Amino acid sequence: MQNITNFLSHFFVTGDPMIYGADASIALASIGIVVVLTYFKKWKWLWDEWLTSVDHKRIGIMYIIAALLMLFRGGVDALMMRTQLALPNMHFLNAEHYNQVFTTHGTIMIIFVAMPFIFGLMNIAVPLQIGARDVAFPFLNALSFWLFFFGAMLFNLSFVIGGSPDAGWSSYAPFAGAELNPGVGQNYYLIGVQISGIGSLATGINFLVTILKMRAPGMTLFKMPMFTWSILITSVIVIFAFPAFTVALALMTIDRLFGAHFFTIAAGGSPMLWANLFWFWGHPEVYIVLLPVFGIFSEVIATFAHKTLFGYVVMVWSMIAISFLSFITWLHHFFTMGNTAPVNAFFSISTMLIAIPTGVKIFNWLFTLNRGRIEFTTPMLWALAFIPNFTIGGVTGVMLAMAPADYQYHNSYFLVAHFHSTLIAGTVFGIFCGLHYWWPKMFGYLLNEKLGKWSFWVFMISFNICFMPMYFLGLMGMTRRMYTYPAGLGWGPINFIITIGAFGMGLGFIIMALNIVWSAIHGKKDTTGDPWDGRTLEWSTASPAPEYNFAHIPTVSTRDAFEAMKEEKREGRTKPQLPFKPIHMPNNSGIPFIMGGFMFVAGFGFVFEWFWMGIPGLLGVVACMIARSFVYNDHHHIPADEIERIERAAGRLS
Amino acid sequence: MHENENQAIKQEHTGFPWKQVVGLILSLGLTFLALWVAIGLSLPVNVTLTIIVALAIFQAFIQLFMFMHVTEGTEPVHQIIGILFGIYVAFAVVAGSIWILAHVF
Repeated sequence: MQNITNFLSHFFVTGDPMIYGADASIALASIGIVVVLTYFKKWKWLWDEWLTSVDHKRIGIMYIIAALLMLFRGGVDALMMRTQLALPNMHFLNAEHYNQVFTTHGTIMIIFVAMPFIFGLMNIAVPLQIGARDVAFPFLNALSFWLFFFGAMLFNLSFVIGGSPDAGWSSYAPFAGAELNPGVGQNYYLIGVQISGIGSLATGINFLVTILKMRAPGMTLFKMPMFTWSILITSVIVIFAFPAFTVALALMTIDRLFGAHFFTIAAGGSPMLWANLFWFWGHPEVYIVLLPVFGIFSEVIATFAHKTLFGYVVMVWSMIAISFLSFITWLHHFFTMGNTAPVNAFFSISTMLIAIPTGVKIFNWLFTLNRGRIEFTTPMLWALAFIPNFTIGGVTGVMLAMAPADYQYHNSYFLVAHFHSTLIAGTVFGIFCGLHYWWPKMFGYLLNEKLGKWSFWVFMISFNICFMPMYFLGLMGMTRRMYTYPAGLGWGPINFIITIGAFGMGLGFIIMALNIVWSAIHGKKDTTGDPWDGRTLEWSTASPAPEYNFAHIPTVSTRDAFEAMKEEKREGRTKPQLPFKPIHMPNNSGIPFIMGGFMFVAGFGFVFEWFWMGIPGLLGVVACMIARSFVYNDHHHIPADEIERIERAAGRLS
Repeated sequence: MHENENQAIKQEHTGFPWKQVVGLILSLGLTFLALWVAIGLSLPVNVTLTIIVALAIFQAFIQLFMFMHVTEGTEPVHQIIGILFGIYVAFAVVAGSIWILAHVF
């Protein structure tokens, strides 16, 4: 009995009233979901329509729902940190708890919010933009999603079972090693991120093949929409950057679980190697979450300026240049670790070079706006706010890139303000922009413009209240990851203002959530499929797009293919309606979900070093692979009369 | 370009996959050979490393030709760009790491 109590008190995180509150809310939410699903008899619907779906649009929606939930959690982490720092000598969080909160905040925001949100938007938009019926490997796409999902769930479990990681999202050795960081927290980080990383790598491969192989007839590479181009290049970066992280995580897992010494000096290992490998992935990762939103802004700015994108070819070559340079700048994250001067000089210059193609893109967006017929919709507001706010983040990045000056800025709040300026004004503005822009295509109705604009203004102004003073706080000497600070340094008032801004951003997010709920009930229906007068092919089909996307695969002859089609129609040149032909579609499959579940079981086992649990979990994963390889009947045909019925119901036939 | 009906991975399967079996046996053989060179022989470190790297490059080619369809496909330019970018990234990580870590611990 004594043993069991002892085990349970270590297994569950105990002693903090906030954690008990979280336990209770998780239990209540889970019970609530089960009760609602059972009461409305929705279990079968959930399994058939969503959990087993290989439809890229549904997978995209599931990615976005999961990412929004994770954004809420990461946001609460941020608000807890800001409450603790609002005044000098606060006792809201203790040092240990604060370390855990900033670790989970960073990891969740990058790996479980930014990436899946972008994967969600690209799942929805890319196949539609290139006139395809699905991605190249629909089964693999579902598997990617479930690996991400179960990886994220495993990571999130840490704060109620076993304890959270506390070594920062970059988890530097030697602190993250077994000796200095005993317990399961760091194992959760290593294995949770590893599982979802496998999914990310698979998504990169999937979208590279999809874009190269499945474009509509006539759509050459240089006729693709800019968002699709950005995803093509992002996929290449994912494929080449993620293996470095996979290896680094695996090596540290081996260090911690099996007593190896890759990252400990004791037996000839090198702690620096961790920082080196982490940032070899970590810097390209920045572009993995930025290039897609550059694509989104390009689409949105062209659409709402009602002009074709300025300097298309230059935009593409800028992104290709960024993809090359992104692999040779990683050392700028650790200029101060004692590298030689030539090393610092090389990476300083390569980092400044990357500002050139990025700057070129900024000017291209400005020239797209020039003499445009600008329409200030919610997505356009996010895109317009991105340009100046992101540029501030970019310029401070060039300041940080100067290695000698970086010795002053390094790990101060100046750095924290810089990367939030790029990641919020870039990635977060971008995903909110894309969410409002493609929402009608996902669900068939528009988000409310008035609430949308309120959430934009509240969020954007609060963002500046939060992060502008932070630059000065950094220059005044406050360093990141301090859990408290004494009075009398002059940091108090600035910290208080920052906290006000942080809560303002929380308010902006709540207004957006309110908008989603309000619009689900009262939202304006999109009957045309083209609510924004769009220019690219996703707007040429119904909203929401039917399972098969296009009744007839479109033929493309120019950029802005849908704009050209509408132009033809205005000139009265309409093509005769072709008869429908049966459409070949992939079958749904439960294997990705089950395989993700086995991965979760295996991961949980390895986190606690319970090999009796981990090894059978991995065997389950292998069994799923074998089962899949014997599935011969993996597709079906939608008959022509059913297509006609669906098209007629959507009002697409006259 | 014909109508794209999820045909990205359509190919002919004829007969027993001898190529893959030979590739598997060669890969396993090379892996154990490398292990034996490192553990079984007591050569100088530099010689051991040279032999292992040579075996690794040979194995990479086996992967490319036996499993990764490098000779197939309609657009060889994709393969060439992919391999060149791979070499660039591999060079960046290996040479860069050696350069960076040479003077720090």
